Amino acid sequence: MSSSMMIGQYIPAGSFIHKLDPRTKIAIIFFFVVIVFFANSVMSYGLLTLFAVGSAFATKIRVRYILKGLKPVWFLIAFTFLLHLFVTREGEVIATVFGWELYREALIQGSTISLRFFLLIMVTSLLTLTTTPIEITDAIEQLLGPFKRFRFPAHELALMMSISLRFIPTLMQETEKISKAQASRGVDFRTGSFKDRIKAVIPLLVPLFVSAFKRAEELAMAMEARGYKGGEGRTKLRELHIGWKDYVVYGLFILLMAGLFLTRN
Amino acid sequence: MDITFDHVSYTYQPNSPFEHHALKDLSFQFSSGSFVAVIGHTGSGKSTLIQHLNGLVQPTEGAVSIGSYHLQAGKKNKKLRELREKVGVVFQYPEHQLFEETVEKDIAFGPSNFGVGEEDIKQRTKEAISAVHLSEDMLQRSPFDLSGGQMRRVAIAGVLAMDPDVLVLDEPTAGLDPRGQKEIMDMFARLHKQKQLTTVLVTHSMEDALNYADHVIILKDGEVYKEGAPLEIFKEKEALQSVQLDVPEVIEFLGEVERTLDEKISYQGQSIAELAKELAQVVKGGRDHE
Repeated sequence: MSSSMMIGQYIPAGSFIHKLDPRTKIAIIFFFVVIVFFANSVMSYGLLTLFAVGSAFATKIRVRYILKGLKPVWFLIAFTFLLHLFVTREGEVIATVFGWELYREALIQGSTISLRFFLLIMVTSLLTLTTTPIEITDAIEQLLGPFKRFRFPAHELALMMSISLRFIPTLMQETEKISKAQASRGVDFRTGSFKDRIKAVIPLLVPLFVSAFKRAEELAMAMEARGYKGGEGRTKLRELHIGWKDYVVYGLFILLMAGLFLTRN
Repeated sequence: MDITFDHVSYTYQPNSPFEHHALKDLSFQFSSGSFVAVIGHTGSGKSTLIQHLNGLVQPTEGAVSIGSYHLQAGKKNKKLRELREKVGVVFQYPEHQLFEETVEKDIAFGPSNFGVGEEDIKQRTKEAISAVHLSEDMLQRSPFDLSGGQMRRVAIAGVLAMDPDVLVLDEPTAGLDPRGQKEIMDMFARLHKQKQLTTVLVTHSMEDALNYADHVIILKDGEVYKEGAPLEIFKEKEALQSVQLDVPEVIEFLGEVERTLDEKISYQGQSIAELAKELAQVVKGGRDHE
């Protein structure tokens, strides 16, 4: 299976950031996303970038991997920048290239929006790089816990998430296996007209669905056999703890917010 | 069809942190009509090897020849379709590949993909279903209503209906009860003789390798560890055990007889009854000396 298809690209590196409570990471990212939109001066953007880049280095993950994870969004960032360059027509003209006028505001808008974009995606990708999917679901369950009072199915949601994450690799293996078996029986997935190729998917999809349903049934039975009856009164194997590391991070983040509001225009 | 592997290597995800050398410089050949057993521990490269036989994967280095078809590293073969028609592969748990509404349609799926005429397909479907010992009444049923063993047979019939020259079997009896296992293996042995197939069997069962194959290849970490006639191979107990393989029970037992009674009985595929007779004679003969 190609590595680009991996989901939840967790890379173990045992850094400070890896060891943080996943709830801390999610909360910090949530507030970071909010405060990014308050920045409006060079200094404030500088502070945010410093925080994001600093966190990236603190993960001890090689920069190459982090940038590789951002690959699909480089295009989007460049596109946003160019769009602003061409569409915004405010401020003074600072250059003229072949009769096309470059406005000052266009340049500023383009760079700030792209930078915001970059910061948001970079920070959120740090979450998936340093946190296992199971930790993320645990954290989500806990964070959504208070909403249970309003009949919000936090536990069920987390369970669904962890089950689907667990079965992604299994289903991918199954797909590969069945497509090889059908290719051996003469199915051609790669060439032929569009209609032919759609038709070629049926021998792949039917067995895949059949086995997925079978697996679901078996899993449900195995869970019931082991006494699963929902989240009520269920204890946890992995308990989440807020420790001194998390307080350090919260402290740093409060400093960042204070710095941000001081450097705003 | 003659099958030749010439210094074949295969690497999964080359130049990445997940790089894995599944086959390393593999060379061997066997001639048309032979029944070859490929044995090896999990992860020894058996499955990768058989995927070379019908071009599902291409060697990273070296070349594979199946009859007049050649798969060479870095070269695209344009006749893959023909090759796949000639080489039928029964994968592990083949019942997972069933998808049609009726057994008949599923068996006909392979041949119709290869452009066989309708009349011909009808004929082949009937032949295939009887070859796997299922009645023709089954043809109109849904494959999903059948029992596990029956589904397995239908899936095998689907491969047989392609009328291949080479039959590749990846643990075809895994998960069946002992009787079902024997029936299926006997069926393959019969087809092998009847249709003069070249058969490649991947198996964990030393008994099957001894009973059905005329050539054995033992793989270890993607390399050929031992190769030769089954009787020769299975004599080397230590060599087998060092790759976590067992000696077949019969051979083990005859070895035991040789050690305790100091009498040699050579194994040539005798049945248990025949062996018992021979053994009785040896024991009696031994007493005569006293």
